[in-house]
Amino acid sequence: MASRLVVEDVHAGYGAVRVLHGVSVEANEGETVVLLGTNGNGKSTLIKSIMGMVAPARGAIFLELDGKRIDLVGRSTEDIVNLGIALVPEGRRLFPKLTVEENLLLGAYRRAARRDIKRNLDSCLEMFPILQERKRQLAGSMSGGEQQMLAVARALMSAPRLLLVDEPSVGLAPILVSRVISKIQELKDRYQLTVLMAEQNFNQATKIADRGYIIVHGRIEFEGASTQALSEHELVKRFYLGV
Amino acid sequence: MKKGLPLLIAVGVLLAALVATRLVGNRYLYFAGYVIFQYVVLATAWNILGGYTGYVNFGTAGFFALGAYTATVLILAFKAPLPVQIVAGGLVSAVLGLGIGYLTLRLRGVFFSIATLALALVLQTFVMNWEYVGGAKGVSIIRPAAFPPFASYVEFLFFVMAALAVVSAMAAWWIENSWVGRGLAAIRDNEEAAECMGVPTLRLKLLATVVSGCFMGVAGAPFPYYVTLVEPVSAFSLDYAVNSLAMPMIGGTTTWIGPIVGAILLSTAQQVATVTISSELNLLIVGIVLVAFVLLAPQGIVGLVQRLAGRRRA
Repeated sequence: MASRLVVEDVHAGYGAVRVLHGVSVEANEGETVVLLGTNGNGKSTLIKSIMGMVAPARGAIFLELDGKRIDLVGRSTEDIVNLGIALVPEGRRLFPKLTVEENLLLGAYRRAARRDIKRNLDSCLEMFPILQERKRQLAGSMSGGEQQMLAVARALMSAPRLLLVDEPSVGLAPILVSRVISKIQELKDRYQLTVLMAEQNFNQATKIADRGYIIVHGRIEFEGASTQALSEHELVKRFYLGV
Repeated sequence: MKKGLPLLIAVGVLLAALVATRLVGNRYLYFAGYVIFQYVVLATAWNILGGYTGYVNFGTAGFFALGAYTATVLILAFKAPLPVQIVAGGLVSAVLGLGIGYLTLRLRGVFFSIATLALALVLQTFVMNWEYVGGAKGVSIIRPAAFPPFASYVEFLFFVMAALAVVSAMAAWWIENSWVGRGLAAIRDNEEAAECMGVPTLRLKLLATVVSGCFMGVAGAPFPYYVTLVEPVSAFSLDYAVNSLAMPMIGGTTTWIGPIVGAILLSTAQQVATVTISSELNLLIVGIVLVAFVLLAPQGIVGLVQRLAGRRRA
């Protein structure tokens, strides 16, 4: 099933504060697209707009499924999850007082995912052996890296075709960031996912990205057709590489 | 086995209640038993919203009294039979739950609690000034005649309340073990995360307020025949709000059995105290026990037992 996520000229914000000023982004089937930007430039707002948690004032967000256009603006988050889009939220947002297993089961809340819940749970636990060990432990009592793994695994429980990842590196030690990133790559290959990842850790993100965008003050300042193009761009040099 | 067990317990409780009406002669015990079962219903109902979902309702008395006054109106106007009163009381309180839920559930935490408290006060003021149901001085209700196999109408009320307790416990059990309960637990733990996962948070919260309100109204509907003098001060008594919150807290809020354990223990203690010492002590007992539990066993009796059992296994 060919699918494509398109964000077209989206303006969005919170009350009087405008955060996004005409952002256009695309993620094609099977791609890993990275959205680069430092704090406060609108990455999370864009992700939230896609998930229906922030309503854009203007612009279109749609999913193309086999040539059919499905608009996401105006839909509830629940509907959007039902269409096969899953989110690994910023700061993980686990259910700290529920067990690892309960967290995973909640990832499969959408109706279509409930049917295959047993199989999905098994394959999640196989992909993340650490979660198998900690199945009965409270999610809040795990380390940051384990929690991030759980957040990724939980998103996969809904058997999505499109995975949105919002800053997986926040609050993690560099070695763990690298582990989480390579896990995302591994999952993408295994499940043929399309991944849209917001990240500020340039070096890690470009390890797995096919291409990407640089977002500055709510505008896409640069669209790199390859990671090569991204790393050579002067904005990246200025913001991330310190040269 | 695990699925059949609750049903077996339910049938067992009902049979026991029926057998008790054959064996027990002391009529006071039916009055006391009625109150205990009534609190099982109220605590269970409160827990569906307060325990499973994490939204604290201070307005139990409002929902309860609405059920009672719905029944009163039905008696005065149509002499409606008790089952009709119970269904109507449940429906009206469910609609109130839907209304208050729709108006306030977009607000989180404490705002919801304040709104429920205000709701009970508004309803009480309204009833105080409603002449048809007797206003502040209340209205006398005459119980229908007893019919076999029950020796008195109070025995019948006792049996009805036992049945309602069983039904509410089964509803709570079902919710807890379904996707609804899983979603409610997600809301309680982290509402924002629940939303991210596609859990329909508003719809589930509305469902919880409706079911919770409905059972509170159901618990209140037999009240007119029980007391035979319905007046606002006792129907809107603070006891209902405090007890139905304290009982799940003491028993444990995360399982269906918690509120039942809390309701049985606390209301039995209150009944004993009423007979032996004074009815003024009731709320004092609740207060002391609640403080003790918050300090010593914040997960309630069920949590305490689970912790002890876990330690033994480890």
